[in-house]
Amino acid sequence: MSDHSTPHAEDHHDDHGAGHGTMRDYVIGFLLSVILTAIPFWLVMTNAIADKATTAIVIMAFAIVQIVVHMIYFLHMNTKSNNGWTVMALIFTIIIVVIALSGSLWVMHHLNTNMMPMPHDMGQLP
Amino acid sequence: MTATTRDTMTNSTATAASPEARTAAFYELEPHHHPEGASTMLGFWIYLMSDCLIFAMLFAAYGVLGGNFAAGPGPKDLFELPLIAVNTAMLLFSSITYGFAMLVMEKGKVRATQGWLLVTAVFGASFLAIELYEFSHLIHEGAGPWRSGFLTAFFSLVGTHGLHVTFGLIWLFTLVVQLSKKGLTPANQRRLQCLSLFWHFLDVIWIGVFTFVYLMGML
Repeated sequence: MSDHSTPHAEDHHDDHGAGHGTMRDYVIGFLLSVILTAIPFWLVMTNAIADKATTAIVIMAFAIVQIVVHMIYFLHMNTKSNNGWTVMALIFTIIIVVIALSGSLWVMHHLNTNMMPMPHDMGQLP
Repeated sequence: MTATTRDTMTNSTATAASPEARTAAFYELEPHHHPEGASTMLGFWIYLMSDCLIFAMLFAAYGVLGGNFAAGPGPKDLFELPLIAVNTAMLLFSSITYGFAMLVMEKGKVRATQGWLLVTAVFGASFLAIELYEFSHLIHEGAGPWRSGFLTAFFSLVGTHGLHVTFGLIWLFTLVVQLSKKGLTPANQRRLQCLSLFWHFLDVIWIGVFTFVYLMGML
């Protein structure tokens, strides 16, 4: 069996597993991460932007960019690893996470804002 | 499997029962050979994605319960951003030192790999120590997980992340011992790659934690 399976194993070997990083990848990723971490901390600690909603949106944008930087430079994500199944699993997970997070927050927010005001004196109810 | 055993197998199936042999033609009779560990990285990635869902649920719980202070202390009374900044730096340093461990691993240097792994462990342990100090400080102030819905969600989310780092450290020390016993075998290289994914993944989760819990809590 080994004689006919070896070429099959070898031509698949290159795209198996995660990609390998280089020193350059790690250094670029690290420097970008430091910058993308330092700016949000600085924004919040010094109250650089007066409007709180704007600050929240800005630091969330920085978080998303930093997650992408980590995915590319540290986790070596690319569309070719494992014949694209890695990316497929990631996209599926992102869809589920977005549905679960936005759904929970949306439903519970509406529940909080639209719920009938509770009587303070529960003891007087029949 | 040698050529002779394969011949005897095909002979036996051909002579045994011809209708069964025809049915079996729909299946792949020869066991499909995969090189050892070929699918490990994909399997581990799928585990990480399922772990990601656990954290998504904890983030959702924090998002829903994060405002329920029950007349207790809120984020502004409790969190110290300089401490969190130091903590974040520890995790970032541990990420790049693990990257260096992977680079020297590819060159086949066992001692250097162990060295960088231990440097990573030092940073990871400092992260855990700072987090435990923060937790004990909060509990000492009476702001334990029982105090309010906000604190329950906070301790569950950050505690689960800390637990992952703890298990990552145990795994890391196990691999350092494995490396000194067996060297950089293909199996050990695969394990190091899995831990690399795990470690960097925890850093990605921490980005979400410090942004949504600490920074947005202080706004």
